[in-house]
Amino acid sequence: MGELLVADKSIVVPGEEVAAGMDFLPTEGVYRDGDKLVASRLGLLAVDGRLVKLIPLSGKYLPKRGDVIIGKVTDVTISGWRTDINSAYTAMLSMKDATSEFIARGADLTRYFTFGDYLVTKIVNVTSQNLVDLTMKGPGLRKLSEGRIIAVAPNKVPRIIGKQGSMVSMIKDATGCRIIVGQNGIVWLQGDPDQELVAVSALRKIENESHISGLTDRIKVFLDGEVKRLHLAPSMNAGNDGGSEGGRSEFSEREFQQ
Amino acid sequence: MGYDKRVDGRKPDELRPIVAKAGVIKRADGSAMFKIGDTVAYAAVYGPRDLFPKFLQDPQRGILRCKYNMMPFSGAGDRVRPGGSRRSKEISMVTEKALLPVLNLEDFPNAVVDVFIELPQTDAGTRCAGICAAAIALADAGLSMKDMVASVSVGKVDNMVAVDLNYAEESYEGGDVADVPVAFIPRTGQISLLQMDGLIDGESLKRALEMGRKACMQISEIQKKALKEKF
Repeated sequence: MGELLVADKSIVVPGEEVAAGMDFLPTEGVYRDGDKLVASRLGLLAVDGRLVKLIPLSGKYLPKRGDVIIGKVTDVTISGWRTDINSAYTAMLSMKDATSEFIARGADLTRYFTFGDYLVTKIVNVTSQNLVDLTMKGPGLRKLSEGRIIAVAPNKVPRIIGKQGSMVSMIKDATGCRIIVGQNGIVWLQGDPDQELVAVSALRKIENESHISGLTDRIKVFLDGEVKRLHLAPSMNAGNDGGSEGGRSEFSEREFQQ
Repeated sequence: MGYDKRVDGRKPDELRPIVAKAGVIKRADGSAMFKIGDTVAYAAVYGPRDLFPKFLQDPQRGILRCKYNMMPFSGAGDRVRPGGSRRSKEISMVTEKALLPVLNLEDFPNAVVDVFIELPQTDAGTRCAGICAAAIALADAGLSMKDMVASVSVGKVDNMVAVDLNYAEESYEGGDVADVPVAFIPRTGQISLLQMDGLIDGESLKRALEMGRKACMQISEIQKKALKEKF
């Protein structure tokens, strides 16, 4: 006869006792101490039958096999490329996994990918020491050119994508931007500059409010409002073609722009 | 006459007013402010991230690296020389050791978690305020922890056993003063920091530690509230 000590879906902190009794089983973010279940990180409590887990609210990205992520090339080595994947660890993309083309011995690898390139890649393997291997072979995996790169909290990625991609499709449809959300929290957007800004603020809104219910409706209202505002001021678009970049530079995400 | 009434009129087991806030530094992975009386500590956590130089890496677990610093203008008049000192190096080390028992760093081999503690204003009890702030910041950074850590200084001023000494009490000249910074892991009641500076008898030390434990339970509640208030 176990009982929950805090309500389901409430915010718990490390060291907080969440349940008593042997009926509940600890999973992710929860550990057992005697007959108590104790939270081991900051998160939202999620009870599924007998399983108790925490949905993290903060923290770095932990590489997982099969994740599609966006990485930035930071080094070119003899056998491949090292990429920054917004995690505690860097990832290696080997020559073999990078392209199906034949690469001659001693060829200049920067012809394929060079420093600063952003790649949409997939994780093929993570070792116990967190050495991460990437591949470029697969549908949709490619080098990114032009567009805007921003970083969001990695644990908000599921909310940004939504059920079966519903949330991100909604933003795509409303703004006409192309968007790729990496599981590591790096997001790529490309579209009309004004629409890109709307999409970025929508992403930020999701990031900040994802733990409050009714998110989808709020984002829908927000997008409708913003897009309507853009349509009412069509002259703004024409004005920006004249090379005025002033509006864009106000954004703090600039450091992640290509 | 002796020291029978505290300079700020507190009861012997009464803490100074505490304000705690999580997530005060936006660019950090986790951060916190912890203010107790006139002592203010800010902590910022970065990581887990790559650790260089490479010889410091531990392939079995991540390491914790703390840096404690008092700002030049923080004291009661005398300028604190900027940069590290013997004192700040020692406090950085004990802070690290006070926090390590609760952290699960096994998931991050070869990586480092950096904790930077800055004190813009000091009035005694700085290492304790630093540890309290660091614990909130580490939790805010989403690290896996068995529990929080709460810390306070206890001690004896002349013949009065008291918690949370301020600078006036720590530098009391009418008799012996003992300053005992202590950190508790609240759930288990284990002690992760215990230092002593000054003279105190065994009986008083026991009493002081018991008072410290109760004070730390109060602090721990404030820490938890600070984390929850962020959302």
